[in-house]
Amino acid sequence: MSLPLLGGAGTSRTPSPRLTRLRRRLTPYVFVAPTLAGLALFLVYPLVSAVYFSFTRFNLIQAPEWVGLDNWRFLFEDDNVVRAAKNTLWLVVVMVPARMLGALLTALLLNQVKRARGVYRTLFYLPALAPPVAATLAFVLLLKPGTGPVNTALSALGVDNPPLWFNDPAWAKPSLVVLAMWGIGDLMMIFIAALLDVPAELHEAAALDGAGSWQRFRYVTLPSISPVLAFAAITGIIGTLQYFTQAAVAASVASGQVTGGGGISDTFGYPEGSTFTYPLWLYVVGFRYHVLGYANVLAVVLFVVSMTATVLLLRRFKEFTR
Amino acid sequence: MTRRTVLLFVARHAVAIALSVMFLAPVVFLGLTSFMTSDQTLTSQLWPTSWHPENYAEAFAKAPLLRYLVNTLLYAALATGFMLLASVPAAYGLAKLRWRGRSVTMVAIVCMMMLPPQVTTVPLYLFWADAGLTGSLWPLILPMLAGDAFSIFLLRQFLVTIPDEYLDAARVDGAGEWRTLLKVVLPMARPGIAAAAMFQFFYAWNDYYGPLLYTSENEQNWTVSLGLASFRSMHHVEWHLVSAATMLTMIPVVVLFFFAQKAFVQGVTLTGVKG
Repeated sequence: MSLPLLGGAGTSRTPSPRLTRLRRRLTPYVFVAPTLAGLALFLVYPLVSAVYFSFTRFNLIQAPEWVGLDNWRFLFEDDNVVRAAKNTLWLVVVMVPARMLGALLTALLLNQVKRARGVYRTLFYLPALAPPVAATLAFVLLLKPGTGPVNTALSALGVDNPPLWFNDPAWAKPSLVVLAMWGIGDLMMIFIAALLDVPAELHEAAALDGAGSWQRFRYVTLPSISPVLAFAAITGIIGTLQYFTQAAVAASVASGQVTGGGGISDTFGYPEGSTFTYPLWLYVVGFRYHVLGYANVLAVVLFVVSMTATVLLLRRFKEFTR
Repeated sequence: MTRRTVLLFVARHAVAIALSVMFLAPVVFLGLTSFMTSDQTLTSQLWPTSWHPENYAEAFAKAPLLRYLVNTLLYAALATGFMLLASVPAAYGLAKLRWRGRSVTMVAIVCMMMLPPQVTTVPLYLFWADAGLTGSLWPLILPMLAGDAFSIFLLRQFLVTIPDEYLDAARVDGAGEWRTLLKVVLPMARPGIAAAAMFQFFYAWNDYYGPLLYTSENEQNWTVSLGLASFRSMHHVEWHLVSAATMLTMIPVVVLFFFAQKAFVQGVTLTGVKG
């Protein structure tokens, strides 16, 4: 592709050096033009309008009307947002470290195993590819109180009152963690690659100095893979801040109530709001109650929180933007 | 082998086998349930007392699964194609060309990649409603013509590793940037492109939030994930049919994985950072 104004490749006369230079300066922008347009349209524009909309009152029929800080004041009277934020915080604090620890331990294990390593790796990785809706359905079935295989097994092992899992407010979030642990494969693969990059000489030197396996892990392996761990932690936190699908589907299916695709929000949070995450509340406010002004307040808050994590990421990994 | 290494060998494999069973069990159980009678799904028996492959046919009869599958396939294929069209040149521009505003653009791309989709949901929904496209999957497909932040990031990470000497050689031979991209970079970047394409395909195939947002009022355009989550009779979940339908959504994923395992494994490691 060439810019007609600047003379195409087919012109017989040699283009003047100035034109060639100009063309060379402009070519990069042709490569990235669609992306720059996309960033303006799908990042900058919605962010700016979300901030503007957060000061207005409107729904899908009525046009936005300026209400100043009303929506923002409501944020401090909204019990639901507190509950939703607490649930999301719980998931960030428990699910992210649990997944990282699980992935690191399996990666360390597979690094030690020589025979059949590829088979294990595939088996551990595949669940991470399962569609979240499918995986959630499988786990609701697996953890069904009464006749589900997990509780059947627990009863056979002599556990008197096995948990009701997705049907118990105290166990619903831990059940989601169990589901998330099933999908640690992608993190595990990243950790396996990182562990392979740890220089073998360092391990040998440490071993010669008499370091045991724990000391080698603590003083050789861990420092070498710490950038990978930091990256996984930050992206894990941001991923959990938007945790939506599994919570929505688990609640809907475990409650056993009839819901259409559009009416699925009726069961959000089941049981007793225990799986009611922040993005679910944002969705309900916006697309069930159609209180779009306040939905944008929730969006701006989510943006600020996730942006903090992103800034950490950008500062820690300067090579991403160089 | 010393006694200690034998013991370690046995212990490691014992743990690995136990973990394999745990990772496999949910799918195996789902598969078994998909062959049970409706009544048996309400019992605690794990093995089907009689086998009912007709559950799969019934799942197709009970819900327009075929349409959901076609919709999902269209969404995933178009999104992936469009994404590649825009993301590959963009990633090349960001990895290998020098221009003013490059680092700012990279910062913006990382921000977009990290942005929870819920932040921009309301303004974008209104935007697509104005365009008359809500109720369809186009609001999820068309933006891919501008590239996808995660894919650009991934492709850039890959392209940065290609030595500049190859590009300089092509330029010395008089190739323009486009020819350099097509003839030199693309062949070398094939694994990265394959990985980005597969991630995009899987993302769309698995997506639930996007289709829920834009198509929940219009069942014609539902995807499998959306259909699956609403798949039940009036009073209870019909587990034998749900299991059959769920197995069906997992199969394409597994098949694709086995066909392209190498590119995939390489791609996953690219999503991390170098230690």
